[in-house]
Amino acid sequence: MIKVIGRRLAFALPVLLATSIGMFLLGAASPMDPAKQYAGAAVFTMSEENLAQIRANWGVDDPLYVQYLRWLGNLLHGDLGWSTSRHEMVGDVIAARAGWTLLLIGITLGVVLIGSLVLGTLAAYRRGGLLDRGVRVAAYAVQSMPSFWLALAAIAVFAIGLGWFPAGGLTDVRSTGVDVADVAHHLVLPVAVLAISQAPWFLLFVRDSVAESLREDHVLAARARGLAGRTVLFGHALRTALLPFLTLVGTHLPELVGGSVLVETVFSLPGLGAVSVHAALGSDFPLLAAITLITTAVVLAANLLTDLAYTAADPRVRIDG
Amino acid sequence: MLRLMGTAVVALLALTACSTPAATGPGSATDTFVVATAGEPDNLNPVLGYGADGASLIFDGLVARDDRNALSPALATDLPTVSADGRTVTARLRTGVTFHDGKALTADDVVFTYRSILDPKVDSTIRSDLDMLDKVTASGADTVVFTLKYPYTPFLQRLTIGILPELPGQDMNKSEINRKPVGTGPYRVTSWTPGDKLVLAANDTYWGGKPTNSGVIVAFVADDNVRAQRARAGEFDAVEVAPRLATAFGGYTVHKVPTADYRGVMLPMNGPVTGDLAIRRAVNAAVDRQAMVTGVLAGAGDPAYGPIPPTSEYAAPAPTVGDAATILDEAGWTLGADGIRARNGQRARFTLMYPASDSLRKELALAVTADAKKAGIEITPEGLTWDAIDPRMKDDALIMGWGTPYDPDFVSYKLFGSRFAGEGYFNPGSYASAVTDEALEKGRTSSDPAERKAAYQRFQEQLAADVPWVFLTYLRHTYLVRDDVAGVRPRVEPHAHGVENAIWWNIHTWTRK
Repeated sequence: MIKVIGRRLAFALPVLLATSIGMFLLGAASPMDPAKQYAGAAVFTMSEENLAQIRANWGVDDPLYVQYLRWLGNLLHGDLGWSTSRHEMVGDVIAARAGWTLLLIGITLGVVLIGSLVLGTLAAYRRGGLLDRGVRVAAYAVQSMPSFWLALAAIAVFAIGLGWFPAGGLTDVRSTGVDVADVAHHLVLPVAVLAISQAPWFLLFVRDSVAESLREDHVLAARARGLAGRTVLFGHALRTALLPFLTLVGTHLPELVGGSVLVETVFSLPGLGAVSVHAALGSDFPLLAAITLITTAVVLAANLLTDLAYTAADPRVRIDG
Repeated sequence: MLRLMGTAVVALLALTACSTPAATGPGSATDTFVVATAGEPDNLNPVLGYGADGASLIFDGLVARDDRNALSPALATDLPTVSADGRTVTARLRTGVTFHDGKALTADDVVFTYRSILDPKVDSTIRSDLDMLDKVTASGADTVVFTLKYPYTPFLQRLTIGILPELPGQDMNKSEINRKPVGTGPYRVTSWTPGDKLVLAANDTYWGGKPTNSGVIVAFVADDNVRAQRARAGEFDAVEVAPRLATAFGGYTVHKVPTADYRGVMLPMNGPVTGDLAIRRAVNAAVDRQAMVTGVLAGAGDPAYGPIPPTSEYAAPAPTVGDAATILDEAGWTLGADGIRARNGQRARFTLMYPASDSLRKELALAVTADAKKAGIEITPEGLTWDAIDPRMKDDALIMGWGTPYDPDFVSYKLFGSRFAGEGYFNPGSYASAVTDEALEKGRTSSDPAERKAAYQRFQEQLAADVPWVFLTYLRHTYLVRDDVAGVRPRVEPHAHGVENAIWWNIHTWTRK
């Protein structure tokens, strides 16, 4: 297993390198001027000289390869560089925000996994039944709704209409610290919206997969032996269906990250979502590269984890990197 | 492995489940005020550009502005004095003022602040505002002397910039002060969660008197709809909302605060169509400004005829614009069969650019297009990014906007001065008029108020005659303020407003009824 992890890490390095180069090339193709974005409205009263001085301070007019090598050199010293769009060290920007994004994504992933496993399995058990049809209709309906629309609707109903949950923010506006219960209360709507918008894929997959395995020989044999329905469903049918599901989780993670950007923006959560958008609009390569690197690393790690989980769930599977 | 994942999931679920109502719900009568805005600053450092026009809540300038935007002394004991040649400005500092960290204010702090702004190594966005400043020196512990390169009458208006404590040897770009500022203002910063909120606590030893409330929380909500929805949920005491979303509801009042922020059409002087005076005058006559205020701005605006807002003492009365058809007929632009005019084979058509991300400018562009069509001028509106607009500004018309209530020199000098023709956003249409240049020059150098007034009168008359811009509307900033707040005194606002310079500019004197 150690060997597998080692080999994967060796493979990850060129991927990360290629991603970061791609980021800088994309940035070079962008016509945006980071100094103008930094200046905001003040740009209309600033002289060209003033703007040029700021660009010179940042070195953003240097040739691209110089900028990239400088960035890479700093990275080797553990310095992620200077974010022009936030006017702050990239490390500080990410340290202040990554935790909230990971929390949002982590909780959502948990909710989606459990919810889709339970609902999907139950729907498959009574195929064509009321629950099955309801779940399928709901899944298709949700799949066609943009997540920012879903978020605004949730705010209108549960925050404004019923007043059960806050309409946005991470903590109560009047609270001075960060309180677990307060944060949890604020995360209910964003997590629910993100989970619901991501669930259809998983839900329909589990349903189909379980439904199929219900007809397989070992399940029929278990039934024939007179095992209880629940034991057959969760112990035999679901277990077989789980394997491909793990792969789905790994490949779907980037989509979850993308969805979190929109949800964070609508619910004004101080995560990486809003800064990524801002960084992209302002050609802030160092921040974009760092965010992309982290996302890539998370996706690679998730893939490795699912593969390892695969071997744990099914001893027949062997991975050789 | 699966079991491990399951445990983690259950633990995460438990975290979401344990939700309790917040300790202090919305609407509770604490004496901390909660305000909300979309305008989150990138940093809170006055040297980099935060709160350059004063009212920054955290800092004080040498001077401040009252509710009519008139200058009053702040960290200076009296308004600074100007020498006879207009090139030396001397400020005496108030004694006994301390920063939030307890350090006493001295002339060195003021010198440090202004020198930092002038330092090219510092990423200051307000350096060009101080073009006239040659050097700044301390004379003793409580006197600061500014030496100007040339006489500049509105210089005192630039002394609203917040004063930082001297930070020797620090890189101002990376200084901790950007996030955790230390000032002399009515509030000190308790915490700032970027993207969420800024928490300010009253400075009990404020030289201007202890604030009448214990603190202010500024919530940052970027999205217009979300901000309006959270306002309806009663989260805020005062909140800026988009005009079309500013409808009063239980317990809240709408304030439509006048601004000096105008929108207009910049018409390049080079184009074969926009360069023709008759076309420019005809567009100026054809636009229905009142309809734009009602239709596009949802009533939150005022018709604009020039760059000096009607609320300013320098404003000239609205000029007569004439009749578009008559102007064009007299100039020989004759109506074609398709309803578009032409002269000597040149059709009366031009492109009007607008930044595509700005929905207000887009709607104004469409309104101008429709109005001009009625006069026989064909406009093609084109939504672009600023990067696509920049290289085309000298040839194509553009919806632009700016404006400041403080001094008529501030924006207009660069926007309409021939020296700045074709320089970036200053005078992209290359407007040049000797009369305008002379009036603008007189306005910035003359120290006689009557002479200045006459100069800006001439300036406005000349603009009305030359029509380098078709001014459309002044905006109003719309706010919802809770009815139990006492002490709200809106004043004319500049374009840039957010934490600073919004309706809560005097929040340190607000109380609950």
